[in-house]
Amino acid sequence: MSTERIKFYQTGTFTAGNRLLDEGTRTVQSRMDRTNSLNSGHRACQGCGEALGARYAIDAAVRASHKQLIAVNATGCLEVFSSPYPESSWQIPWMHSLFGNAPAVASGVAAALRAKGRDTVKVIAQGGDGATVDIGFGCLSGMFERNDDVLYVCYDNEAYMNTGIQRSGATPPFAQTNTTPVVSEHPGNPLGAGKNVPRIALAHGIPYVATASVADLHDLERKVTKAIGICGARYIHIQVPCPLGWGADPAHTMKIARLAVESGLFPLFEAEWGTVIQSSSIRRKVPVERYLELQNRFAHLFGPPPDTDAIAGIQAIADHNIALYGLLR
Amino acid sequence: MDRKPFAITLDPNTSLANHTGNWRTMKPVYVDRLPPCNHTCPAGENIQAWLYHAEEGAYEEAWQQLMQDNPMPAIHGRVCYHPCEGACNRAQLDEAVSIHAVERFLGDQAIKEGWTVKCAPRTGKKVLIVGAGPGGLSAAYHLARLGHEVAIHEAGPKAGGMMRFGVPKYRLPRDIVETEVARIESMGVTITLNSRVEDLEATIAEGRFDAAFLAIGAHQARRIEIPGCDVKRVLDAVTFLRSMEGADLPKLGRRVAVYGGGNTAIDVARSVERLGLEPVIIIYRRDLGHSPAIASEIMEAEEEGVQFQWLRKIAKGDESTLTVEEVTLDEQGKVQPTGRLETIEANTVILALGQRADTSFLKSVPGLQVREDGTVEVDQTMMTGHPGIFAGGDMVPGDQSVTIATGHGKKAARDIDAFLRGTTYVKPEGHAPATFDRLNTWYYTDADQSKQPLLNLIRRRSTFEEIVGGLDVDTALLEARRCLSCGNCFKCDNCYAVCPDNAVIKLGEGKRYAINYDYCKGCGLCVEECPCGAIDMVKEVE
Repeated sequence: MSTERIKFYQTGTFTAGNRLLDEGTRTVQSRMDRTNSLNSGHRACQGCGEALGARYAIDAAVRASHKQLIAVNATGCLEVFSSPYPESSWQIPWMHSLFGNAPAVASGVAAALRAKGRDTVKVIAQGGDGATVDIGFGCLSGMFERNDDVLYVCYDNEAYMNTGIQRSGATPPFAQTNTTPVVSEHPGNPLGAGKNVPRIALAHGIPYVATASVADLHDLERKVTKAIGICGARYIHIQVPCPLGWGADPAHTMKIARLAVESGLFPLFEAEWGTVIQSSSIRRKVPVERYLELQNRFAHLFGPPPDTDAIAGIQAIADHNIALYGLLR
Repeated sequence: MDRKPFAITLDPNTSLANHTGNWRTMKPVYVDRLPPCNHTCPAGENIQAWLYHAEEGAYEEAWQQLMQDNPMPAIHGRVCYHPCEGACNRAQLDEAVSIHAVERFLGDQAIKEGWTVKCAPRTGKKVLIVGAGPGGLSAAYHLARLGHEVAIHEAGPKAGGMMRFGVPKYRLPRDIVETEVARIESMGVTITLNSRVEDLEATIAEGRFDAAFLAIGAHQARRIEIPGCDVKRVLDAVTFLRSMEGADLPKLGRRVAVYGGGNTAIDVARSVERLGLEPVIIIYRRDLGHSPAIASEIMEAEEEGVQFQWLRKIAKGDESTLTVEEVTLDEQGKVQPTGRLETIEANTVILALGQRADTSFLKSVPGLQVREDGTVEVDQTMMTGHPGIFAGGDMVPGDQSVTIATGHGKKAARDIDAFLRGTTYVKPEGHAPATFDRLNTWYYTDADQSKQPLLNLIRRRSTFEEIVGGLDVDTALLEARRCLSCGNCFKCDNCYAVCPDNAVIKLGEGKRYAINYDYCKGCGLCVEECPCGAIDMVKEVE
């Protein structure tokens, strides 16, 4: 199945809503009755991509599940900034246990609901890249291979931001973090390190895997809505820029996420039962420099003197993605 | 009152208690900006506002909005040189919005549906207007809407001025002029034809007018003498174009040359072309790049077979030829002779060298200043040196076009209205410009301009049928929807969706948004992601 093209030559077809779009084609986020699952007053930094990604995903899931939703949260920024004792920003049933066990707790919640015959209630587990890619990876893989009825959403901000910007298995090559400082000949995170969890999820052959970006709201909501309607283990990996950890202007969160997609560095695709079935084509292709130059974590690549080899290495990753997912059509 | 003992579990609380607004040093504020189309419109139309209605298919609302500023949309949609489209920000993205095509569609739709406008209650004041061209008609319309009684005196046999006696039929069919003029007459405006005003003060006194607006246009052609050329073989553009309106057609030779390079020269050449004579030659002393004519008009003229002799000056003539001298342009763009002569076959020469206003009858009016070139001095309220007498259009100094005259008419009407009420018109404070760099064009769908159909070339060469067709309902809608709404919120919900702190409040259907400063952290995402640049980031404390 491919995405339906909206044949509508109008200003703002790519916007969240629009008075000229019919109700069905507007996003959940444009609705006055959206849940605001993650309420105001949370302590995320200015321009936080993760706060946005979480509200986008959970609001869409609440709507798709007819408000029958329980969320299990791993430790991480999202958990810390949304629930400083005794406050909570969550407008849905929400629980937190440990850093690494969110997939296992969610599996338990799903099993309990099944035991009670509550088959209309949907379960979401969510966490950052640290909880997903590194610390909770064993539990996640177990949840996948047992095909537990859980939608796992990873908000990937590409390092441990909550504890002070340490590298994770999702940190991109050459990015500077506090554990991959720019010293001597090897600047930042080594090339070749890290893992691609969407592809690992794919390899589990689970019913549904997708990547999404906060910069493509229509696509993100469509994928969450679709995932909620599927039974079994599902995985959605959302890239969420972190102004603090990436050294970027808080106002540029969307712009950076958009450039990640448009450069090919963060491909948007969907897979069912281990096979990629759809990818979003690039609309205005840009070289990776446009994406990198907005972030201080890559500032060392721009010199003096500029590290053209490193930039070429990153460009090669983008080009590989473009070829692999057929992003230029 | 119960006090919780220390270190006992607290009741759950909501994060709404935490007002994150106090993190902020900069804050977003909604603004309205002046879009470039509105800024450049000589008639002062609020183009973006009428396109906004048209986008919804609300054509009558769109037309009513348009009529606030311009009483003749069907005419202007055809003849205006649309400086709005030259300024349109969309041109930097793909192509400008075809504003004139949508305007014409609305104008034609109004004629088809018989839409009308409402007038204010009668004030009992009377205004004399001299000249039923675009300036006079526009002033009459706006004054009538404001409730004043208006009488127009027109020297010619028909109303319309240059819209009838200047612009050729193939650009502006006469039934369009008649219908839009009739609509103005139906508002109570009286037009007396064949009534040249000779003594302005006497006419004002006789009719007991409280104010007067002069818009007689510029109908006197500039002429030059061509040595060796029989005067009968040398015509002028004004006389020629007027003759196309049913009066006796002047005798033309088989081969006609037009001298001049402006829009009038093109109009003349293309009209002659349609009479079935030999191909017309335009002789102009500058080159294509220095011609004041609109590029598309030149192109269309060439398609129709008009020949151009750029950088040529007529030196002399005889019975059937013209001797022209090749010239060059120096660095200042001034014409320099070369001495090289050529002979061109031509039996008739039509001069299109500009026009001036015949304002000699105004010299006796006390206080009224007539310049050397025949134009009349006006102040910024369009009033002449004589209190209560206003003037506009081609007869006042400045650029000249149908739309400029229409704009003058509107402006004068506002000031005349203020004059009649004993007040002065205060212009509302303008908005800062909505520049292209403020737009986030990512959010706009790629969409090519809708093209108006063109009459086939054979018919264009042999008839005076209108050559440019109109848009239909669907294409007009698509074209209106290409508007980017530069600088003014069009309710796309982006700011509402991209705020990580839910600090943007959606006010509901048909309304805009507000910011909840209790929670806005001042990240600036809404500003950055607003497609049309309608949010500013300002310092929290100055």
